[in-house]
Amino acid sequence: MRRYFVRKLGTYLLAFFLGTTIDWGIPRLMPGNPVQIYLAKFQLQSPGSWEALNKLFSKAFGLDVPVWRQYLNFWDGVFHWNFGVSYTEFPEPVSRIIWSALPYTLALLVPAITLSYVLGNRVGAMAARRKALDNSVLPAGYVFQAMPYAWLALAMAFFLGAYYRWFPISGAYAQGMLPSASWSFVASLLYHWFLPFLTVFLVSFGGWAIGMRNLVIYELETDYTRYLRSLGASERLVRRYAYRNAVLPQLSGLALQLGVVIGGNIVTEVVFNYPGLGNLIYKAISGEDYFLLQGIFLFIIIGVLIANFVIDIVYVMVDPRTRLSMQGAQA
Amino acid sequence: MLRSKTKVLARAGTALAAAAMVAPLISVAAGSGSAGAQTTNYPRSETLYTSGTAYSPPNNFNPNDLGSLYTGTVGLLYEPLYLYDPIHSKYIPWLAKSGGWSGTNYVIHVRPGVDWVASPSGNVVGTLSGADVAFSINLAKDNPADPWNANVSTVKSVTYGGDTVIVHFTSHPAYTSWQDFLWNAPVLPASIWSKMSATQQMTAANTSPVATGPMVLSSTTSTQACFAHNPHWWGTAQLGLSFKFKYLCDEVNSSNNVELSQLLATNIDWSNNFLPGIAALVNGALGGNSGYGIKTYYPSKPYMLSANTVWLDMNTTKAPMNNVNFRKAVAYAINTQQIQSSVYTGMVQVANPTGLLPNLDQYVDKSVVSKYGFSYNPNLAKKYLKLSGYKGQKLTIEVPDGWTDWMAGIDVISQDLNAIGIHVTPEYPQYATRESDLINGTYDMALDNNAGIDSTPWSYFQRVFNLPILPKQSATLNWARFSDPKAWALVQQAATVPLSDTAKLKSVYGQLEQDFLQALPDVPLWYNGAWFQGQTKYWTNYPSATNPADQYTPVMWHGWLGAMTTIYALANLKPAS
Repeated sequence: MRRYFVRKLGTYLLAFFLGTTIDWGIPRLMPGNPVQIYLAKFQLQSPGSWEALNKLFSKAFGLDVPVWRQYLNFWDGVFHWNFGVSYTEFPEPVSRIIWSALPYTLALLVPAITLSYVLGNRVGAMAARRKALDNSVLPAGYVFQAMPYAWLALAMAFFLGAYYRWFPISGAYAQGMLPSASWSFVASLLYHWFLPFLTVFLVSFGGWAIGMRNLVIYELETDYTRYLRSLGASERLVRRYAYRNAVLPQLSGLALQLGVVIGGNIVTEVVFNYPGLGNLIYKAISGEDYFLLQGIFLFIIIGVLIANFVIDIVYVMVDPRTRLSMQGAQA
Repeated sequence: MLRSKTKVLARAGTALAAAAMVAPLISVAAGSGSAGAQTTNYPRSETLYTSGTAYSPPNNFNPNDLGSLYTGTVGLLYEPLYLYDPIHSKYIPWLAKSGGWSGTNYVIHVRPGVDWVASPSGNVVGTLSGADVAFSINLAKDNPADPWNANVSTVKSVTYGGDTVIVHFTSHPAYTSWQDFLWNAPVLPASIWSKMSATQQMTAANTSPVATGPMVLSSTTSTQACFAHNPHWWGTAQLGLSFKFKYLCDEVNSSNNVELSQLLATNIDWSNNFLPGIAALVNGALGGNSGYGIKTYYPSKPYMLSANTVWLDMNTTKAPMNNVNFRKAVAYAINTQQIQSSVYTGMVQVANPTGLLPNLDQYVDKSVVSKYGFSYNPNLAKKYLKLSGYKGQKLTIEVPDGWTDWMAGIDVISQDLNAIGIHVTPEYPQYATRESDLINGTYDMALDNNAGIDSTPWSYFQRVFNLPILPKQSATLNWARFSDPKAWALVQQAATVPLSDTAKLKSVYGQLEQDFLQALPDVPLWYNGAWFQGQTKYWTNYPSATNPADQYTPVMWHGWLGAMTTIYALANLKPAS
């Protein structure tokens, strides 16, 4: 068991190192330099002023040292949760900007991922043995799963937001409101949360339901279920075993799907102007703010790695074979 | 046992989901970006919602940091000594009660009765005095990183006594640059800014500003900054100006589709976004049937005031752009009228051949324009092309990716140029790439609109003729890399002509216009609009060309709000009900 986790941890650390290095390097391959773009907004008409400001802001952004030093400083910053300052929101530290956007993204992603996974699996398993459900949920699942996030989000915004006006289509709470610990604010928060949540939820839900339905059908046809049935086991018990076996590939799928869902979440947040990380990525890209961009990506790298690690642990818990093989390896 | 584990996990997942949903609340309880808000709700009927100026959240209210300062920093909070009215071509004394030249000294009489007010409390913490004005001028003079440093390069020293400030200049004052300083540079409270380090003065976020303007900063979130009425503002008592709205919230810009729907849904009152096709909605509204209730400055074409000149930069260090006949061929080949009608549906004006904005008409020498000016004429273009000895080189023309109107514009231009035999391909690199191409001179042709509105033609011609040409033209000057030492000497001479000597100025600028039209290092195309859409659901009486009492600049952009007549426009707004 220990060896398994040490090996896994090693893989994750290596992935973290490589991911972070790429995250640091890619923006630096972009043409121009951030100070130049920043100073373009000054519309300066004096080369002398430009030089003075260039010096000032190069220092403020930590770009006045050689590239290798910038790389070391970056790692130093990573360990101190200091990702430099944003230059579209200068002089706000990147970490503060990310912390204030993170709750909104978590509020969308975590419920959407967990609920779609849990409900999708349940409904898929049910669909595998009920014709009526199979004929209704399955086609709907295919439609939602195949739908691009942006399209579904726009359709939602158009029909439920603009046409029927049931839900707001922009922001995380009502326009004239300021965040406060009051019920009216909470209500506004939920009201604005619903459509973006529904978009991410529906697309994922369809995928899980279809996957589970097919897996359960497959499991119900395997030799061990036939054997169980021949032993006279109840249909309920057979289904339980089929479900437990079918959920394993789904769990691996969850780890693989995380990146896709996060990508879809970016688009959804942009469409609904929802102030989470996705919207922030969009703003950072359009403002070419690559300190902010690399900070957000670092958060996503860490988030995805942690989620994968948790799934690995869960996998060990739910799959007896993994544990047994590890015990065998230890013996 | 296994089954119960799966159940536990499912429950844990649900609990995690529930916890994540309350995450925004936890962040609220931990204190969001609110700058000590006094209110938690802005009543719709007392709030003016504006948009179209900011692309990132409000974190910076430092009037010296032009790269990050948020809308309203200058104008609603800090104020300059004068304002400039581009529609009536005049200066309006603002924090200066009056001022004028006395030899090579400029004497400023500081307006009495102006309070320094703290945000967000609205408490008076001091009174504006000559010391503040002198400090602000010295700050620009002594700190090379101050964005107005070049404007005060000929200032020798500043003395003050009470409310009188005397600015001593060298024997040849740069009158024009100084004039620009007067209506652009904000006056800062000496008691606060003198305590900051030189770096802090330029880079501090200044989120609790102490200023003189009509509003105080009330709150900030990641999507908006809200300002509240400043009850101590001097303009109410001294100029009879008062805002009928209690709050002004400026929304951070999001994608174009959200901006347009927010305007149509009446969530935005005052929009300074470029919204393609808005003309159709305005027409409908004016027809009285479609009822979008949207107003623009002009009720019909061109709908918008002109804000800056879009011109075609030609890299004159490269062949064939180094040949004047080739440049003329390009100028005569472009059908700007077509761009105006097809790309902009009439929302912009075709530029005068000199490229000078309409507010500078008095400086345009009509005889020079009629003699040397150009207009769309493909036959003449072909003649010039032949004279240039163009050898069929393949050329490119660049605009930043995502600037959709310009992208469509250079498509038209490329077609026009190809039609007379110039092989041009449009290119849409990222903004940063295009910027570095222009700065490093690694481009053939490109559009730019650096030449913004100004009260004299001086900065325009500085942009055209500035010398020397550096390997990196980092300041937004002479991107065509055109070298004409005689013209540059004339520009420098124009800088030292007093603004009162209009005859001399007109003759110098007339000569520069001729030099420009004869050489055409840049081809003026059209004037980008001062995009403005007013939604009349909650507020009415927006600035309008048809109302002589309300001809003010309807623009919240930096460089307009705190420098031109936007404050008057805001003061004229009335509640709709």
